Amino acid sequence: MSFFPTIKELPPDPLFGLKARYNADSRSDKVDLGIGAYRDNNGKPWILPAVKQAEIKLITSDDYNHEYLSISGFEPFLKEAAKIILGTESKAIKENRVVSQQSLSGTGALHVAGVFLKEFYYGGSKSIYLSSPTWANHQQIFRNLGLNVETYPYWNNDSKSLDLTGFLSSIKSAPEGSIFLLHACAHNPTGLDPSSEQWKQILYELEAKNHLIIFDSAYQGFASGDLEKDAFAIRYSIDQDIIKTPIIICQSFAKNCGMYGERVGAIHIINPINSTATLGAIKSQFNKIIRSEISNPPAYGSKIVSTILNDPNLKQQWEKDLITMSSRINKMRIELFNLLTHELKTPGNWEHIKSQTGMFSFTGLSSEMVARLESVHAIYLVSSGRASVAGLNDHNVKKVANAFDEVVRFYAKSKL
Amino acid sequence: MTSSTSRSSTLLFKRQFSQLNNRLNKWNDIPLAPPDKILGISEAYVKDSNSNKINLGVGAYRDNDGKPIIFPSVKQAERILLELEVEKEYTGITGNKNYQSVVKNFVFNNSDKDINGKQLIESGRIVTAQTISGTGSLRVIADFLNRFYTSKKILVPKPTWANHVAVFKDAGLDPEYYNYYDTTQNDLEFDSLKSSLLSQPDGSIVLLHACCHNPTGMDLSSAQQDEVLDLIQQKNFYPLIDMAYQGFASGDPYEDIAFIRKLNKAVVDGQIPSYALCQSFAKNMGLYGERTGSISIITESAEKSVAIESQLKKLIRPIYSSPPIHGSKIVETIFNEKYNLLSSWLGDLNAVVGRLNTVRGELYKNLDKSNYNWDHLLKQRGMFVFTGLTSEQVIKLRTDYSVYATEDGRFSISGINDKNVQYLADAINKVIKK
Repeated sequence: MSFFPTIKELPPDPLFGLKARYNADSRSDKVDLGIGAYRDNNGKPWILPAVKQAEIKLITSDDYNHEYLSISGFEPFLKEAAKIILGTESKAIKENRVVSQQSLSGTGALHVAGVFLKEFYYGGSKSIYLSSPTWANHQQIFRNLGLNVETYPYWNNDSKSLDLTGFLSSIKSAPEGSIFLLHACAHNPTGLDPSSEQWKQILYELEAKNHLIIFDSAYQGFASGDLEKDAFAIRYSIDQDIIKTPIIICQSFAKNCGMYGERVGAIHIINPINSTATLGAIKSQFNKIIRSEISNPPAYGSKIVSTILNDPNLKQQWEKDLITMSSRINKMRIELFNLLTHELKTPGNWEHIKSQTGMFSFTGLSSEMVARLESVHAIYLVSSGRASVAGLNDHNVKKVANAFDEVVRFYAKSKL
Repeated sequence: MTSSTSRSSTLLFKRQFSQLNNRLNKWNDIPLAPPDKILGISEAYVKDSNSNKINLGVGAYRDNDGKPIIFPSVKQAERILLELEVEKEYTGITGNKNYQSVVKNFVFNNSDKDINGKQLIESGRIVTAQTISGTGSLRVIADFLNRFYTSKKILVPKPTWANHVAVFKDAGLDPEYYNYYDTTQNDLEFDSLKSSLLSQPDGSIVLLHACCHNPTGMDLSSAQQDEVLDLIQQKNFYPLIDMAYQGFASGDPYEDIAFIRKLNKAVVDGQIPSYALCQSFAKNMGLYGERTGSISIITESAEKSVAIESQLKKLIRPIYSSPPIHGSKIVETIFNEKYNLLSSWLGDLNAVVGRLNTVRGELYKNLDKSNYNWDHLLKQRGMFVFTGLTSEQVIKLRTDYSVYATEDGRFSISGINDKNVQYLADAINKVIKK
């Protein structure tokens, strides 16, 4: 008698599956433009110098240990993490309206947000609106909790630009008090962000319908090299008092601190000015959620980030490291664009590769082209055409450009 | 301003404010959740200014000076990592193959002492996933059982770890107690255990502690384990084993898993089709806050393993994507033959457990046995003594003597050392006196 008669094998998670196929590929010139982790100019993973220095400082300190953190997490980390995203002069911090809970990186923060909203926001009856397209895991995170998921227009594939009209229309027509998930910067997978003027319009319309905002911030500092610039939308909503409803921020240090596998993140709730829900109550409910899932969050990564943020020299080093990463990626964008546009004269307009920000480029390549890139050229992209620009370097950018050119011409009937 | 104008502007203000309030109405109904029973103790302890205060709350090891330690073997492993680590990439959703293999061999092969476990490993019938320590393991398997198993009923021993019920409830299961320990007798009530299990529906999930039962420290004897296994087979229960204290019974982690060996034999002999094991390195490697553990599911076939593993990944991915790597890298380093750290670790663990057992003996020695029968302290095993004190007595210990423990009378021996054992024994003797 079988205990689990109904269990069927599932296909692997698309992103992890891509990685597995890449690893199994024996071709020596293979290129990984799949998973979103930074690579240096030699295609190697890069532990940030600020991190390495912080680790040494941390491990050799007298009070280093592996004790349990409190359920909320490492307090010195949480305080600094809030300041990083909100700004040291944030109204919300000054007015003591911020509750923070350490989370298992960005995914963990989004999940906690979902659990919290399911219980405390209209009994989980409000839909969550996700951009079309959005990060592959967003839908599952919320659907898994029994929340209803909708999409809002975002990427216009023909013009390779923001469908602002569609976006605003969706905001206006969504039932009042709906939940909208916004990418704070470096939109994943498109790399296309609203301009500051567009952000103002978006935020204004969200407030007019009393919608609740979740900001997903996974690339602060990594996008432009400038922490303040990459937090514009978040800080504007709060410091200009534009948004009166609670704001949820899901913050990850996976990319900007290279903390990937250490799982360092936080969820912050900005409590509205007239709210009678106390910070203590919100914190206690976060704790209750965390306690029955993991008891308390992992210590090591949060201590590294805390060491960096609490040490002026390390913080300065970190800011340099952010510029190193973001500028190398930007350089590769320009290289690829130049090769396609000026050298190879590949059919189509490739401006978007230059203008998009962050780790990814939504190349516009079709899934057939992507499949051909993998089978013929040993170049791995997500089937949506999302390429991790971090995977490009001086040694492979020409090969990649030539391969893009080949598959585009091969499927010449596709419009680009 | 005329009075009518001021009245209408007041009304306007009131309407706007109530609109704002209505908008936020749902948000304002967030109640304050009660503090965690165990972790709340430590918080209260920290605030106490009495220099004689003793923290007997959390099961985290303290040395004889009351300080937390890093196991020397762990320190070594971390130095190696610091030197050699070149990346902090994401590990797999269920961890990496090496970690999974290390855990499988450690627990199921049992350093070649478990022929049945070895067979299960070799026939691909064990799915092992890295988890967020023991709690994460319990929650993952609970979510998994909720999704795929035929019964939501999970039987837990009375008493059990304070967090078990919340974990299972929040995963959608329906926890219910079976009799385990008689607090009036300070002993197991085995007949009552059997009858309470027999009275439950066939096919229920049954939670068992592998060793060092938390909070009582009273484990089933070998003969009792055999009887329970028979009962499991008879009732077609699904066994879920929680192993957070491997090594704390005898000082030897390979010794303490006799029950796992029995389960493996029962599976290989075809008596039970499957079971699941929640395992943690929090205590036995002192990795606590690094959240390093695993869930293993014994499956019916290699094909079933593939299916189950894929479903575990689907479950975990939208919750936290992948587990944290630092603790698991330490584990992998210690079990890596290249670094020759395994026997050091076993020695470190043995020393820790040795101190706890010594302190247990010291406490027993200093307690006034004319007043109360303390024999159960010597029968119990692990990090705790389950004193049998009433909650009133525990509270009195806290208010009058600054001794902090959970109200069920569970004392973490870690908090005891040769400087405070006398004070503690005196305090206990006093609150027990009628």
